[in-house]
Amino acid sequence: MSRIPRTIWILALLVALAVTFLSPLASPHPDGLERVAEDQAFIERAQDAPYAIIPDYVFPGIENQAVATIVAGLLGTLIVAGLTYGLARAARCRAAHQGGQ
Amino acid sequence: MHIPDGFLNTATTAVGWAASAGALSYGTRRLTRDLDESQVPLMGVTAAFIFAAQMMNFTVAGGTSGHLLGGALAAILLGPWAGMTVITAVLAVQALVFQDGGLLALGPNVLNMAVVGVLVAWVVYRLSLRVLGQRRSAPSIAAFTAAWLSVVIAALFAAVELGLSGASPWGLVLPAMGGVHALIGIGEGLITVAVLSFVRVVRPDLLSLSARPQKPGPATLDQETAS
Repeated sequence: MSRIPRTIWILALLVALAVTFLSPLASPHPDGLERVAEDQAFIERAQDAPYAIIPDYVFPGIENQAVATIVAGLLGTLIVAGLTYGLARAARCRAAHQGGQ
Repeated sequence: MHIPDGFLNTATTAVGWAASAGALSYGTRRLTRDLDESQVPLMGVTAAFIFAAQMMNFTVAGGTSGHLLGGALAAILLGPWAGMTVITAVLAVQALVFQDGGLLALGPNVLNMAVVGVLVAWVVYRLSLRVLGQRRSAPSIAAFTAAWLSVVIAALFAAVELGLSGASPWGLVLPAMGGVHALIGIGEGLITVAVLSFVRVVRPDLLSLSARPQKPGPATLDQETAS
């Protein structure tokens, strides 16, 4: 069924990983929701998370801010890829089972 | 547009969880019926790309930024049910690992960005293609329109939740959220069209994966009578 060679998927994943190298250049300004929350003074309602693993996309313990951001991005991209692939694989197994192919 | 914990009250949060759970369970049922083998790796790399691209905030105006939400990109590449799953996975990892978007607010965030964002994009994309017909620019115009509207409507859903929670008066929060996301939506539209155009040049076969017709008769019927 899969006519698309595996190398293409690996290249596509590499493109996604490469995008994270741009992340230190991202705009530091608050996003749309944060802007509205500041302007309308409900930003202080925000509560801190009960725990922190990689808060603010900065990998803890790395001095260089840009490197810490890239490491966080690479890690997150791989986690998301793995999780989604796993979910899709599980769904596909059930689809194949139900569809009888 | 990731709502942190504390912005929404308990009732609104509960409704957000219930609505997104309902939509996801329906989406999962559709996915486990129709998912094609070649979509499995495409879901993984689409989610990875959207996560990475979401880190790239762009300045829109006056000290405000926005970033890709990816609902339209996922819907157009994968169809609505796989697209919904992909954005949900991105939001879950952002909340659980990166403390971006609250844990309690994950339900409402999934509703706004994964359910509403993806479904609006999908419906608008299909309708636009039908209206635009065979002209060469049709896929790009349709994708831009779908991306822009999906961001604006997702933002209005977030604004309604904020209004219901008493975070800010309706008359303020609705126009403010709609207005700033009308700008961010332009960025969403441009990125979505650029990525789809790139895919169309290098691997046009990837774009046909969501448009696959549903499996004909017997399998679907069997399953429907079985369930």
